[in-house]
Amino acid sequence: MSAHGTSAPRPGAGQLERFALSPARRRKDRIARGAILAGTVVALIPLVLIVYYLLRKGLGAWSTSFFTTDPTGNTFFGGSSIGGIKSAILGTIEIVALASAIAVPIGIGVAVWLVEYGRSSWFAHTVRFFVDVLTGVPSIVFGLFIYIVLVVGTGSTYAGYKGSIALSLLMLPVVIRSAEVILLLVPSALRESALALGAPRWRVIFSIVLPTALPGMITGVLLAVARAAGETAPLLFTAAATLKTSFNLGGFMNSLPVQIYKDVTSPTTAVVNRAWGAALTLVVMILLLNLIARLIARRSRLA
Amino acid sequence: MTPDGRTPEVTDVDPDGNSEHAREQQFAGESSAGQGPVRITGTATATAPTPADATAEAKRGLRVKLEQLRAFYGNAEQVKGIDLEFRANEVTAIIGPSGCGKSTMVRCINRMHEEIPGARAEGRVLLEDRDVYDPSVDVVAVRRAVGMVFQKPNPFPTMSIFDNVAAGPRLSSRRGGDLRARVEKALRGAGLWDEVAERLDEPGAGLSGGQQQRLCIARSLAVDPEVILMDEPCSALDPIATLKIEELIDQLKQRVTIVIVTHNMQQAARVADRTAFMLGGELVEVGPTQEIFTKPKDSRTEDYVTGKFG
Repeated sequence: MSAHGTSAPRPGAGQLERFALSPARRRKDRIARGAILAGTVVALIPLVLIVYYLLRKGLGAWSTSFFTTDPTGNTFFGGSSIGGIKSAILGTIEIVALASAIAVPIGIGVAVWLVEYGRSSWFAHTVRFFVDVLTGVPSIVFGLFIYIVLVVGTGSTYAGYKGSIALSLLMLPVVIRSAEVILLLVPSALRESALALGAPRWRVIFSIVLPTALPGMITGVLLAVARAAGETAPLLFTAAATLKTSFNLGGFMNSLPVQIYKDVTSPTTAVVNRAWGAALTLVVMILLLNLIARLIARRSRLA
Repeated sequence: MTPDGRTPEVTDVDPDGNSEHAREQQFAGESSAGQGPVRITGTATATAPTPADATAEAKRGLRVKLEQLRAFYGNAEQVKGIDLEFRANEVTAIIGPSGCGKSTMVRCINRMHEEIPGARAEGRVLLEDRDVYDPSVDVVAVRRAVGMVFQKPNPFPTMSIFDNVAAGPRLSSRRGGDLRARVEKALRGAGLWDEVAERLDEPGAGLSGGQQQRLCIARSLAVDPEVILMDEPCSALDPIATLKIEELIDQLKQRVTIVIVTHNMQQAARVADRTAFMLGGELVEVGPTQEIFTKPKDSRTEDYVTGKFG
């Protein structure tokens, strides 16, 4: 009551006049708040629309057989015989798993070297510069590179593992940068006290620094995985597209992004709808990864 | 005493010459796994001693002697040629205004100074008669012999209380003896055992600030050091926790040589046998604590301890 009592004439109220909020000031505050809110709403519109269309069109395509059957390749006679996206889901999981198995150890190794050994040497600066350049390289360039080196260059043909290598190149800078940031957050006092106990540097890194940084690094890795899982371009001419589910990374392998890419250009409505269903599947998979990353990050003792 | 004839202020201490060879062996890289004969390990019994019983242990602190020690950060000379001796099993306090090189000097003793990029040191640091900057010396062995307690309590955040104390023996691959007994002995030595005995598996970061600092002391005790360096160990603690650490220092000096950097002159007066006053990277004066505070020889020391600057 008394907090809003500027209108109530009380003894000494005149003293408070100079602290009173002027109408002009209040107006400016309202306008600024309104502008910021409007900007936020505008930014949310496309996001909401994407989710809306994905759910409306994608959910219609979902069914049990959608996840349990391979695409048949038969796209001209009605919607019942086109098949599902089983091979694409499994292919994406396999290709991305191999890509992670390549990119994560190398990426974390580079980050450890940069933080623990390279520090601010000229070579470390050079490495950081090239990692930054790598971050900005369009994904199709990685695909082209692998196509030229491993597909044309070896005179062979497309294979799942070639797609994995292309994706791992894409993931590498993301893993390095995120791991480096997390490693820098590990207090140097921890390293010092471990070194002062008479521990060799490599033991300090493995027993103190990496365990402390682990939750944060897992977050970074999962975000890199999520990014790689959604890439089409590097897979188009490295892993190719196929119908059958395959567990042989040495052969052709289907994947969700490529499946979507092929399906949306089809003249058959049912096939286009399958693309929506596949897109929703991909988004849900990536969303799950992000949720896991957040849960792990919350348990982190850093940051 | 030293080649250039510079004799430190302290002259009356005679090194116990009988174990010189053993000491030299101890810091040679090859023999770092084998322990010197002066090491006492695995002596803790099931009914381990109370902190007071720690005094029953053999005195085996090392004498530390700095000869023309210079320390640099890049081209900036932070410690400008110090000659100073820390006597075995005594507490020596280093006082002086901020930025005078106290911490830098202390960090040269266990060669932690060089961990900072661009930092280097010149001169000699003798543990008994072995120069820790000699190229044949294994830095890891030096750090096992010279423990360190830092300004802020910094238990390893991913580890339990037990694992924190066991970290030293585990990290330095010295698994000789019973690890549990070793941890208990170290925790008793740090006066923390009674407070944590029931919850050794809880995270070390869950303790109070004063307990964390004593945990860090226990962690450094677990590798059986012969010297402990303390860099303002109480500056982040409240008066009661500070008092506990000071009592602990008094007991620990029976086992090890202690060098303590402090901004708190009352603390220096309470715990230190000898006190050294530094200013601008140089040693101004060193002597028995009583003398430094009551009748210092140098007028700058007098100005500092009476609070005229600093």
